[in-house]
Amino acid sequence: MPVTIKMRASTIDAIRHAITERQTTATALARDFYTRIRKEDPAIGAFLTLCEDRALAQAARIDALAAAGKPLPPLAGVPVAIKDVMVTNGVRTTAGSKILDNFVPPYDCTAVARLEAAGAVILGKLNCDEFAMGSSTENSAYYPVHNPRDKSRVPGGSSGGSAAAVAAEMAVATLGSDTGGSIRQPASFCGVIGLKPTYGRVSRYGLIAFASSLDHIGPFAKTVKEVALVLRTIAGRDPMDSTSAEAPVPDYVAELEKPVKGLRVGVAKEYFGAGLDPEVRAAVEDAIQKLAELGCDVVPVSLPHTEYAIPAYYIVATAEASANLARYDGVRYGFRAKANTLSEMYRLTRDRGFGMEVKRRIMLGTYALSAGYYDAYYLKAQKVRTLLTRDFDEAFKKVDVIAAPTCPTPAFKLDEKVDDPLAMYLADIYTVTANLAGIPGISLPCGENHEKLPIGLQLFARHFDEATLLRVAHAYERASHT
Amino acid sequence: MKVSDKDVAYVADLANLELTGEERARMLRDLNSILEYVARLAELETDKVPPMAQVSDRYDVDESRRGSNRFAYAIREDIEHGLRPSLPHDVAVKNAPDTNGTFFEVPKVIER
Repeated sequence: MPVTIKMRASTIDAIRHAITERQTTATALARDFYTRIRKEDPAIGAFLTLCEDRALAQAARIDALAAAGKPLPPLAGVPVAIKDVMVTNGVRTTAGSKILDNFVPPYDCTAVARLEAAGAVILGKLNCDEFAMGSSTENSAYYPVHNPRDKSRVPGGSSGGSAAAVAAEMAVATLGSDTGGSIRQPASFCGVIGLKPTYGRVSRYGLIAFASSLDHIGPFAKTVKEVALVLRTIAGRDPMDSTSAEAPVPDYVAELEKPVKGLRVGVAKEYFGAGLDPEVRAAVEDAIQKLAELGCDVVPVSLPHTEYAIPAYYIVATAEASANLARYDGVRYGFRAKANTLSEMYRLTRDRGFGMEVKRRIMLGTYALSAGYYDAYYLKAQKVRTLLTRDFDEAFKKVDVIAAPTCPTPAFKLDEKVDDPLAMYLADIYTVTANLAGIPGISLPCGENHEKLPIGLQLFARHFDEATLLRVAHAYERASHT
Repeated sequence: MKVSDKDVAYVADLANLELTGEERARMLRDLNSILEYVARLAELETDKVPPMAQVSDRYDVDESRRGSNRFAYAIREDIEHGLRPSLPHDVAVKNAPDTNGTFFEVPKVIER
C-alpha cells in the first residue's frame, strides 16, 4: 500500500485513523520511515542505532489488532524515536559516549515502555551530546548532528538528534532529556516543539543519570497536541522511581481547548537584557502581543536572581554529575582499558572512555565538592537555587504563565563555540532556571530571523500545571497559523 | 581563588582520571575561566537562606513529621522479593568486559 509524503508528516490521530480504516498499515508506515531515514539521515546524523526488528514486531502487533477489528491504543502505529540516554531492552544504548559503545541494556526505561504499551513504534535511538552534556550535540562521541533547517548549523543540544529527527520528519514524536535546557533549546533551534515537564511528572527509571536533581524526560513533536498526547502517555507515578510524584495526570489533550481569555502572562525584564539577539527579541515580543490579542493579561514580573542561574547551575549540575559518573569504572559493563592493576584500569578506562567535556565537568564537580571548597561553591549554589525558586514562587502569585525567549540567539554554526566552554554554557541562560526550580517549560516556534532560522518562544508555568502551559501554547500555535 | 597545577592533579586523582599533559593544561585554563564566572555568586547575601538539594523536597515533604518520615510520600510497603525479580545471573554479567560467568573479573588487587 503506498504511503504518501502527506501521511509521513501526519499527526498521531491521523495515523491511528488511517490504520483503523485500513488505509495503511503500521508496518508500511514503519518501512516508509526507515526508507526516509536511510535517505535523509546521512546528511543530518540524528540516529545512532536503528532497531528495525523491534519496530516491525510492534507494527505487526498493531496491524493484527486492526485486522481483527479491535480498538487501537492511543499511539497505535506512531513512529517515534528515543534519545540514546534512555535504556532499551536488547537495543544498544550509548549515551553518546564511547564508554558505553557496546552496552546492550537488559531492561526498558519506563517512559519508553509506556510509549510502546500505548502502541508507538520505536524506530531507533537518537544522537546526543555525551551523557547529555552540551548545547550543540557536537560533544557526541560518534558524530555531530546537523540542523535540518540549515545543515551548516548545530541543532542545539543535548537532545539535538531528538529535535532534528522531528524537524526532518524522520519520526512523528521523540523523547529527549532536559537537565539545563536540553529539550527546549534544540526545539527552538530546529523549529519544533519541546516540553520539559515538572520535576517528578515523568519517571526517570532507565534514564542514564547526569544530574539527578535536574534531569527530566520530555517529548518533542510538531504540534502542541502531539506533545500533549505523548506527555499524557508517559506521565504519572512509577514505583521504580521514588522521585516520581503521585499527582494525578489530567487529560492534557482535553484541557487544550479551554479558553485562555483572562489568563495572566508574566513578562520578566531579566529575560530581555544584554546579549539577546534583536530579531529574537522582536519575535518574542510579537508573540506576547499575540497572547494579549487572544485575551491574556500581560503583566510585568521580576525574577531578580536570573543572572546567577548559570553559575549556580554549573556548580550543582557538575557536582551531581561527578558522583553519577563514578559508576563508569570498566567493571560491570561498557568499555574497559587493558591495565595491570585495578587502579590503573579505572583511570585508563575513564580517561579513554570519556570525552573532553565530560572530563571537564567531572573535574569541575569534583573540585566544587572537595574539602575546602564545598561551602564556597556547592553549598552556595544550593542556596542561590533557593533564591531562584523563590523568584518564581513570587511571580506565580501574580501570573499563570511566564513568557520569555528560549535562547538568546538562533542556531549557531558548527565549530563556532566548541573551543570555548563558557560561551557554550551561556547558550542555556534562559532555560536552566526551570531546571533549578523544577517548573515546567515549553519551547514553540514564534517566527524566523532574516536567514530563515527558527526562533523559539518559551513559556513557564507552576509546578504540575502543564495543562495551562499546553493550553496557552496551543492557543498561540492556532493563532499564529491563521 | 585560582586553580593551580597542583589542584588539577589532586582533583584528577580524586576523580580517578589520568589526563594527559595537554589535557591538564587545558583543564587548568578552562576551570579558572569557569570558576571566575561562578565567583559572582559571592555577591549574594545567603547567610539566612536554606540550601535546596531537591525540587521534590518542596512539594511532597511533610514538614510536620520528623526524620525520614518527612519523606513518607516515597515510602512503600516492603515487598519480600523486591518490585520485580532480580536479573538472572547470565543477564547480569552479559555486558561485563571480563567475567567467569559467576563473578566480574578485574586485575589482581592484593598481592600475596
